[in-house]
Amino acid sequence: MGTPEARVLVLAGGLSYERDVSLRSGRRVLDALRSAGVEAELRDADASLLPSLSVDPPDAVIIALHGATGEDGSLRGVLDLCGVPYVGCDARAARLAWDKPSAKAVLREAGIRTPDWVALPHDRFSELGAVAVLDRIAERLGLPLMVKPAQGGSGLGAAVVRDASALPAAMVGCFAYDSTALVERYIPGSDIAVSIVDDRSTGGPVVLPAVEIVPRNGVYDYAARYTAGLTTWHVPARLEPDVAASVSDLALAAYHALGLRDLSRVDLIVDESGTAHVLGVNVSPGMTETSLLPMAVQAAGLDFGEVLARLVERAAGRVS
Amino acid sequence: MTGTTLDDYTDRYAQRVAGMTASEIRALFAVASRPEVVSLAGGAPYVSALPLDAVGEMLARLGTENGATTLQYGIGQGTLELRERICEVMALSGITGSPDDVVVTVGGQQALDLIARLFLDPGDVVLAEGPTYVGALGVFQAAQARVIHVPMDADGLVPEALEEAIAAVAREGRRAKFLYTIPTYQNPAGVTLTEERRERVLDICERAGLLVVEDDPYGQLGFDGEAPLPLRARRRNGVFYLSTFSKTFAPGFRVGWILAPHAVRDKLVIATEAQILCPSAFAQAAVTAYLSTMPWREQLKVYREIYRERRDALLDGLTDLMPGTTWTRPGGGLFVWATLPAGLHSKAMMPRAIAARVAYVPGTGFYADGSGSQNMRLNFSFSTPERLREGVRRLAGVVEQELALHAIFGTGAGLAPPSRRRGHAGADAPGPDLA
Repeated sequence: MGTPEARVLVLAGGLSYERDVSLRSGRRVLDALRSAGVEAELRDADASLLPSLSVDPPDAVIIALHGATGEDGSLRGVLDLCGVPYVGCDARAARLAWDKPSAKAVLREAGIRTPDWVALPHDRFSELGAVAVLDRIAERLGLPLMVKPAQGGSGLGAAVVRDASALPAAMVGCFAYDSTALVERYIPGSDIAVSIVDDRSTGGPVVLPAVEIVPRNGVYDYAARYTAGLTTWHVPARLEPDVAASVSDLALAAYHALGLRDLSRVDLIVDESGTAHVLGVNVSPGMTETSLLPMAVQAAGLDFGEVLARLVERAAGRVS
Repeated sequence: MTGTTLDDYTDRYAQRVAGMTASEIRALFAVASRPEVVSLAGGAPYVSALPLDAVGEMLARLGTENGATTLQYGIGQGTLELRERICEVMALSGITGSPDDVVVTVGGQQALDLIARLFLDPGDVVLAEGPTYVGALGVFQAAQARVIHVPMDADGLVPEALEEAIAAVAREGRRAKFLYTIPTYQNPAGVTLTEERRERVLDICERAGLLVVEDDPYGQLGFDGEAPLPLRARRRNGVFYLSTFSKTFAPGFRVGWILAPHAVRDKLVIATEAQILCPSAFAQAAVTAYLSTMPWREQLKVYREIYRERRDALLDGLTDLMPGTTWTRPGGGLFVWATLPAGLHSKAMMPRAIAARVAYVPGTGFYADGSGSQNMRLNFSFSTPERLREGVRRLAGVVEQELALHAIFGTGAGLAPPSRRRGHAGADAPGPDLA
């Protein structure tokens, strides 16, 4: 149930690699809001956005943009300048969460487990000699390794490296997406996504049922994420009660450590011993038909549109 | 059980559905549709060059004056009026055929699908140029046929390679059903089969009992003099001629055709009725009116002149700016085929290109087997000469960065291409809407 007069602008599209995903998320959000009785419209984040915001400001914006503009804090900063409230964390928190190495540093400082890592821009490899640096990484972190762009989502540019000889090619593939690569110790285990929403006036953020991801081909890549049928999702995740509780606590700790707000998704790995490790967080999580947050909302017995409507109401009431 | 795949139909799909998955390359093309990006990835004709006011008036009259027929069903084969006009169009290319033997289709794409329905059983072999039209690969894959590519050089399909491919199939105890070829201003390679080779290719196919499916969407769009006569102008038997008004008029009408040997015509009509009942009466009337009442030959000259200027801009840009790359010099059509420096992979390079606000189609989209990783297709029909040069400037920067990165990591020449495509060729190519 939204405030009858609230008018919401859903931003989707953009110029990032995840434009297509974002358009799908945006349409899903739009439908959910409308079905909850909220007046909403969808638009791209392009050069006509700011003029339209000043002529006809909405009561709140939902950012369904994935990739840099929607997640790196820059758009949030611009919306702050325009005095337009939005659902989700503020610009500063978004900037921190978007840059995976920065987010991991904050998490580790807060005592939250995250796989060992090193982040390097491609310039450093040319300065110090790629072979020497890669040898050192493989020796220090051990194989297998996970290589991924320091910034970005949807598994784009990411690769598991099981053999040191495959590391250079994985680095080249990763650097096509971003100028800095995050190389992480690869932890085998169950992929778990925990969504957190804070849509009530009291009681604080709520941890939704964890989603366990089992890709049919073993790799949760782009195709596995966005093709229905290629991945099996278990909600709630098939975890022992004590493990499930620790996963939930860890996700909430990550949410607080990074100063998140309203809604977010925390991605984790639960290793064979039942220990959970945080891989990263999403401040503008996917909202598509195969996305994890809407799945968790449904599993919690909530209505996606009503959750969004309450988030909008809270955002609209915020002094920006 | 708590698990869901969000697709309750997984175990009920036909086999041919395997491989129809979301694709990150497809996702990148979503960005290419934004105006900030110089798209060299599309295949769209420059329809803004049409006299749109006059075309608009013509279309309005079709509704107000002829609505009782243009808004009605028609016959499966297509209207006689349009088939007569089509024969006049083909006569310009030296093809003589009867309107009786023409079947109007929903673009060239349905023509291809009809050919596949008539001739391909699962497991059948089709020979096709390598690279070839991605839409044809989609049709052949849906028919569960196996495509074997025959190499080309600057003079088009290599006859010796065709003989070798036929022999190789024969050694397996099989016979290819047909050769699918785009001999003139080929998509994506931009090359044209020479006069001398046309005869040889026809002779080879005749000897081997191989049907020829000649796809000729671009034959009227030559800008360096006339193209050699189509294969169908040289042989009547064993040659199926497919063409379309998508490039010579406008793709929005979705009108194409097949000129088939007489014996096959009836089967084509039965197949098309099963598939679509009949082509759009309105679209057929529009094309007929255009060909009967408007200066379409003059319009062809306009298109040719625009495309020649744009091709020159693209080629000049490549010559001036592009490091370590080679490319074809098309005498017509819409496309240039470029070969990157050894070790660079066009698909792996796509995100960097999108970040630099330029798009192309990776070569892998034009091969059934996922080869072509060193190639890319560049379109010149849609963007202005200035935009084309800007696109090449951006692309050159992308190639330079990619070369620098390979130098750092000692990858490059000799490096195995990234993992082969899992799904269909279309996963590496944009949808038809991308300009």
